Amino acid sequence: MAILITEHTKVIVQGMSGRIGAFHAADMIKHGTNVVGGVTPGRGGETHLDRPLFNTVREAVEKTGAEASLVFVPPPFAADAIMEAADAGIKTAVCVTDGIPSQDMMKVKRFLKRYPEERKMRLIGPNCAGIISPGRGFMGIMPPHIYMPGRIGIVGRSGTLGYEAASQMKALGIGVSTSVGIGGDPINGSSFRDILALFEADPETDAVMMIGEIGGPQEAEAAVFARDHMTKPVVAYIAGLSAPKGRKMGHAGAIISAFGESAQEKVEILEAAGITVAPNPSAMGETMARVLGRRQAA
Amino acid sequence: MDIHEYQAKEILSHFGVPVPRGGLAYSPEQAGYRARELGGNAWVVKAQIHSGGRGAAGGVKLCRDEHEVAAFAATLFGKQLVTKQTDANGKGVYRLWVEAASDIAREMYLGFVLDRKSERIMIVASAHGGMEIEDLAETDPDSLRRMTIDPAVGLSEFQARELAFQLGLKGGQIAQMVTILKACYRAYRDLDAVMVEINPLVITGSGDLVALDAKMSFDTNALFRRPQVAELRDRSQEDPRESTAGDHGLAYVGLEGDIGCIINGAGLAMATMDMIKLAGGEPANFLDIGGGASPERVVRAFRTVLADRNVSVILVNIFAGINRCDWVAEGVVKAYQEVGLTIPVVVRLAGTNVEEGKRIIETSGLPLIPADTLAEAAAKAVAAKAA
Repeated sequence: MAILITEHTKVIVQGMSGRIGAFHAADMIKHGTNVVGGVTPGRGGETHLDRPLFNTVREAVEKTGAEASLVFVPPPFAADAIMEAADAGIKTAVCVTDGIPSQDMMKVKRFLKRYPEERKMRLIGPNCAGIISPGRGFMGIMPPHIYMPGRIGIVGRSGTLGYEAASQMKALGIGVSTSVGIGGDPINGSSFRDILALFEADPETDAVMMIGEIGGPQEAEAAVFARDHMTKPVVAYIAGLSAPKGRKMGHAGAIISAFGESAQEKVEILEAAGITVAPNPSAMGETMARVLGRRQAA
Repeated sequence: MDIHEYQAKEILSHFGVPVPRGGLAYSPEQAGYRARELGGNAWVVKAQIHSGGRGAAGGVKLCRDEHEVAAFAATLFGKQLVTKQTDANGKGVYRLWVEAASDIAREMYLGFVLDRKSERIMIVASAHGGMEIEDLAETDPDSLRRMTIDPAVGLSEFQARELAFQLGLKGGQIAQMVTILKACYRAYRDLDAVMVEINPLVITGSGDLVALDAKMSFDTNALFRRPQVAELRDRSQEDPRESTAGDHGLAYVGLEGDIGCIINGAGLAMATMDMIKLAGGEPANFLDIGGGASPERVVRAFRTVLADRNVSVILVNIFAGINRCDWVAEGVVKAYQEVGLTIPVVVRLAGTNVEEGKRIIETSGLPLIPADTLAEAAAKAVAAKAA
């Protein structure tokens, strides 16, 4: 059933009446996503893209049964919008917004912990391209036509590098079950490890492509998880071999500030955990093909 | 965003951290005047640049009279100070901090950082200070004490006390340390800092705690709500190419190589640099043009990359999601005409509107070098440089 989103997932868009929100919501609807409404405080009762608008997420959930929310809210208000979704009973929220203050994210993460496990919201992002189950539905800003439906999961920080991986695999006839962008911020909702666990449990995913980068401890944590808890193969690539220490490379989180945070160190950690690492970013597809071929032969 | 030592001291002092008395100087004469104003018979003159390692680089000196203060100041002003944390160009010295010399009995280390593992603010402290934290972590890792702070509760008094005892403090020093810890935490939280560092935090001869040095860095994503912090930005301490690019919405980091990069997305930009390196070349920069880039923004990116005189070839690599290949292609053609390009340009386009983009490149009549894949683009850029 892929992970996080299918054609049945009822999706609302927070900030749907904004220029960017409307553009991407329209694209999502065009590609079969089950968008059931939008939230714009003060515009409740109106319709947009033939979908009802609500003043609050709670009202949207009550009236439409929405389970997932895509957050297209500007940085100063994004953390509040995420917490509103969590409190209203949304199961999965995807936040695309780039530029949320890190202390706001600290607060959000703390807030999400207050709910019992069964009604805890899963947050993807912020500062991410979103999630897509090709041919079924997507929440985010990716170009859906570059993805081929299939059985490989993709999880990565970078949007465009995720597109790169999907298109390399497509050129080799390898399709994608779900692709998840976890975002480039230092504090994000879901980690590599969280998403690997979902892919491991998904009967429609056979292997995972994990695309990391310099900065932070998440790739190392994912390596330990893959080694100890995964039966499915993981292929990885880490961007930033040529990145200097202590400089922020575009993403707020892409900065080498501690031991184990450089690309070289992460590659070593991943390989030590038995993960196959693509030697360069142009070889992500062929490395996956090789690993799948080897598995089939075995 | 970094600020100067004197600015960090002013902020921390406002929150309750004891700092030595001092004054700012913009000229050697003013530095001498500051010494006279402060009184006493010993002063420390400190170059104000956005970098650590100033002492070892000759940017800090203990002076015994007012003339020595002015004379040392005269050697610093306008100088590019090269420390082991700066690049080979160093950072320009335009401000000096003149401080009453302190009587030091012991040096400690105190830092507040964003810990990405616990996703909380973390205190890092050591009973041994004075050297860089990286060196401390290597030479004396056992001396480091770490403590995370629950954002819903804040720094608890018991945590602060515990840390004070761990550092071997006694008597009245415990209460002083608790005050300092709580002040640093409040400054961090209330001003959206990402780092507060007091190194060294000293115990004076009379047993009191004083912040001898201070460093603060702030979350640029939060500057919209911290105008008083945003005002402290000092452009003289930034790479002019990077600050100009930032003004135009481009994320740019200057590097040492000669292959200029224009890419969309931070991850793809890093990956492209890696590919260039593997193909035997050296990237001249990191540049992310961001989403929805207009032809004008592409032209601006070309100007930014070309401002680096080392650049001998440009590699454009776009995988368009919310971008459009046709807009980027138009921008490349426009840049060629407006900027008067004379160096080779390799263009790789993929994603949204790629056919239209490729057509614009092919029919432009310009000597643009097309490439279909990331590997091909990097190889062609390295080859074009050699030709």
